[in-house]
Amino acid sequence: MRVAIVGAGAVGSSVAELAGEYGHTVTALADSGSSAVDPDGIDVDAALERKRTEGVVGSGDKRAALDAEYDVLVEVTPTTLGDAEPGFGHVRTALERDRHVVLANKGPVAERYAELAELAAASEGEIRFEATVGGAIPVLSTITDFDTAHITAVRGVLNGTANFILSRMAAEGLGYEHVLAEAQDLGVAEADPSFDVEGTDAALKCVIIANVLADGDTEYTLDDATVEGIHELPASALELAKADGRTIRLIGEVSSDTVRVSPRLVPQDSALAVTGTRNIVQLETTHAGRLNISGRGAGGPETASAIFADIGRLEES
Amino acid sequence: MSDSTNEVTAYTVRLELVDRPGELLRALEPIAEHGGNLLSIFHERGNLTPRGHIPVEVDLEANTEQFDDIVTALREEGINVIQAGAEQYSEELVIVLVGHLVETDLSHTLSRLQSETGSSVRDFSLSAPEGDSGASSARLRLATQSGQVEEVIGTVREIAAEKQLRVVEPLAGGGEA
Repeated sequence: MRVAIVGAGAVGSSVAELAGEYGHTVTALADSGSSAVDPDGIDVDAALERKRTEGVVGSGDKRAALDAEYDVLVEVTPTTLGDAEPGFGHVRTALERDRHVVLANKGPVAERYAELAELAAASEGEIRFEATVGGAIPVLSTITDFDTAHITAVRGVLNGTANFILSRMAAEGLGYEHVLAEAQDLGVAEADPSFDVEGTDAALKCVIIANVLADGDTEYTLDDATVEGIHELPASALELAKADGRTIRLIGEVSSDTVRVSPRLVPQDSALAVTGTRNIVQLETTHAGRLNISGRGAGGPETASAIFADIGRLEES
Repeated sequence: MSDSTNEVTAYTVRLELVDRPGELLRALEPIAEHGGNLLSIFHERGNLTPRGHIPVEVDLEANTEQFDDIVTALREEGINVIQAGAEQYSEELVIVLVGHLVETDLSHTLSRLQSETGSSVRDFSLSAPEGDSGASSARLRLATQSGQVEEVIGTVREIAAEKQLRVVEPLAGGGEA
């Protein structure tokens, strides 16, 4: 397929780099202020090199990428809340042109799900967003494959940064600030970690799951979620949990009508007690009991893998 | 809660003992032998059952399999088991409270937790190290009546909110697999 990529961060760059390997052609790549466009396929290496050295991917403006020739628009700009712009506008443009859209940007799917569904219904193009939840882990496709009516609850560890901090604190008996600084040095946490440690990122993923489970009956946004993060949780809390064979994990839960993210006590040997940046999702099914799927929940190539899975599904449909 | 048999639950067992020396010890042995953890014994010496026996209430912790073995063993020993399991305090939950626990009158917090939730604090552990920005943590094991866990957690949350404490709740339903 011909692929236009909007967003040239870790995920966008990985999609551009790996597209050829998956048999796709990158006809446009844009970052927030520039673009490279070529209907026969751009020179990905040159565009990414220019991004590194000059801070731009090409000489065109961002609009040129949205107007370019492509079959699928890959929307991987940073997640924004509220009106979810500019991501939402990018999706709208593509769908109005009857093009497919694949997102890793959580904003539009978490904050404006019903509008997206309307736009998609009026378009020849389809919308897919596997990469918004759990990185490389096939969470949403597993839910839809099982059929949403046969999933009664979903819970899991959906933020690698928070999980890294909690598992390091528990394993080493270190304080929150110490481990956070270490995570920032390692590039596991961002300079402003609030999105991750306050639970917002995990909550957005849960809201997306809730929207998929509701299947259009109810629309969820971040405002519908009860969110409590791990910010400044003392090491003593993890110590006491450990002395009782338990640990603390930032757990996201989606059930019939509630979306909740909070630090919770789980048995140390529980499947949910994953360590490091690993993610896990537990599905409760009506006829098949409990299903655990885990893996890498973030990262450029990991998230790109989910994007290519979506593009593959578009080719089949 | 879950179909896992490894989950440890608190049980109350009512026994009738014949009034003769060594009888109580004989009744407690099967509990330890089968891996049960004895929590408390209420030995009503002054009180006699209609049959002239001494009623004893034993609280213990065990997983379901161990508990079944304990009850079977007691009966094989000829000890009269009047009631076992599923009555008062049949569910247990562990929570961690975080915040200025000492400054907000810990003993008051604990007595409110017991009286307002109708549960009993079975175990309590406090960790108040220096340098954690004044925040300390406490782990509580609450024994509560069957089916009341959600309600108890709701009340715990209210009391904690009043005292500006954080509650780390157990994950119901999940995590045991």
